[in-house]
Amino acid sequence: MSVIEAPLPRERGRIAGTIAALGRSATFLAGAAIVLFWVLCALFGQHFVPYDPLADDIINSFTPPSVEHWFGTDQLGRDVFSRVIVGSRDILTVAPLATLLATVIGTALGLITGYFRGLVDEVISRILEAFMAIPVVIVALLAIVALGPSTLTVIAVIGLSFSPIIARTVRAAVLSERELDYVAAAKLLRENAFSIMFVEILPNVLPPILVEMTVRLGYAIFAVATLSFMGFGIQPPSPDWGLSVSTNYGMIGGGFWWTVLFDALAIATLVIGVNLMADGLQGALDD
Amino acid sequence: MITLFLLSVIIFIGGQVLPGNVGRAILGPFADERAVEALNQQLGVDRPLLVQYWDWISRFVQGDMGTSYIFRSPVAPFIADALLNSFKLALVAFAIVVPLGILGGVFAALNVNRPLDRIISLGGLSATVLPEFVTGIILILIFGVWLRWLPISAAWPAGAGPLTQLYYLILPALPLFLVLFGYIARMARSGMIEALDSDYTRTAVLKGLPWSTVIWRHVLRNALLPTITVIATQIGYLIGGLVVVETLFRYQGIGSLIFTAARGKDFPMLEAGILTIGFVFASTTLAADLAYSLLNPRIRLGAER
Repeated sequence: MSVIEAPLPRERGRIAGTIAALGRSATFLAGAAIVLFWVLCALFGQHFVPYDPLADDIINSFTPPSVEHWFGTDQLGRDVFSRVIVGSRDILTVAPLATLLATVIGTALGLITGYFRGLVDEVISRILEAFMAIPVVIVALLAIVALGPSTLTVIAVIGLSFSPIIARTVRAAVLSERELDYVAAAKLLRENAFSIMFVEILPNVLPPILVEMTVRLGYAIFAVATLSFMGFGIQPPSPDWGLSVSTNYGMIGGGFWWTVLFDALAIATLVIGVNLMADGLQGALDD
Repeated sequence: MITLFLLSVIIFIGGQVLPGNVGRAILGPFADERAVEALNQQLGVDRPLLVQYWDWISRFVQGDMGTSYIFRSPVAPFIADALLNSFKLALVAFAIVVPLGILGGVFAALNVNRPLDRIISLGGLSATVLPEFVTGIILILIFGVWLRWLPISAAWPAGAGPLTQLYYLILPALPLFLVLFGYIARMARSGMIEALDSDYTRTAVLKGLPWSTVIWRHVLRNALLPTITVIATQIGYLIGGLVVVETLFRYQGIGSLIFTAARGKDFPMLEAGILTIGFVFASTTLAADLAYSLLNPRIRLGAER
């Protein structure tokens, strides 16, 4: 408590308070634990999984979960447990990169529309609204047909289609921020518009951007997994979860539930983990 | 309108400009150069882009959606069939989710911060953020493979009656239900809480009206207006969800039609499908706006003073 009472600058006191609130938020900690687990799997998984996730073993195909194969084996006899652990890697690379791209573009657009207002705002905002109305899956289908399936296309599609939403959030924050005294002072000091937007205003609108970014990360994982499932995202032989579900779900009528269930649950836990973090972050910043 | 125009331009660029040589894409890398040129000329893709765009969009508006590259027959009947099938699926999903979502939100609001509210809110939120194919797979495993209550494919036998069709559509509708339930319940809940907290509700209670009358006549009417808007905005989502669900359940709807067209590089089919979806989306949004203004006396359009 004495730390907070000490004459700290406004900013640092707020950040310290937020971090403390995050540490107390059960929602945030639970989400962070799940996400951390999958990040560790993505980083170090391949060193401790019992089998090579890509090694075929046709004789042992479709064995149900057992002591040797905790999650069973798939059509080619590959160990499902090892595949699920290592399968976190691609989605945890593609989704954050797409989110980062969306945040960078969205923040720039939000700052420009919010700061300049007027005609610039009108034109850009109308175009962004029109883009927002088109479902991501549709944009993705078109882009991927036109450009071919690759992780770069997926990153570009998700990054671009999520940026209008981030732009809207940032714009709203900038609109109230630009009326404050420090912006007027910067204008009097003849700082140029670019420096006012990115050096003066940006640091002050970071909290909503951070929340929006975490929320979008959840949706990005949703979108990446869906596109992989549709065959338009991460390509074989990656043990990616969405891809595994897509290659194996045709056979669940035969009762081979273990080839899809664990991948589906892995996606579910990761998405829920990220959303719990977003929820906790929002709560901590509101305090 | 802007959205539709923009969508048509994006579709046109995506479908006809970016893939480069259409004839080459259809005939494959080993085809004879002259055959490719002849096909390009036959398809009309060797003309200037603006001419192509105008030609395509003006014929589309008149109902001529072009000829499928793969089936070598007009696109329109395929689109019409698929649209009808998708409409059935969407109807089943909405028929389940709208009443249950509103009910869930209302019950959550009447029990704010009690366990029932927590369960509905948290459950709805978790279901909303999960991809449809994930919940779909889990539902297929539970109801189709283990319990064997419902068929795991949505393709009903030919000549099936409406009830049989409904039986086949329940499982595919459930993933859509799960995503939408959270949104609708959350809107209904916050609308209810706001309405319960308002002066007119207090007045109604204080003048001695029975609690059920207060809820039905005063609270619900005001609480559910924003929910209608949310339901309308979810139609855009629903279309994206249909692509996934129809693929997962092998259902011949507009989503799986677009998906197949995308895989087979059947651009006329793909473009027509997506533009149709855009049109459906724009008109439902407009209809929802109108319904909202009809239900809300405060913004009734052209009201006399």
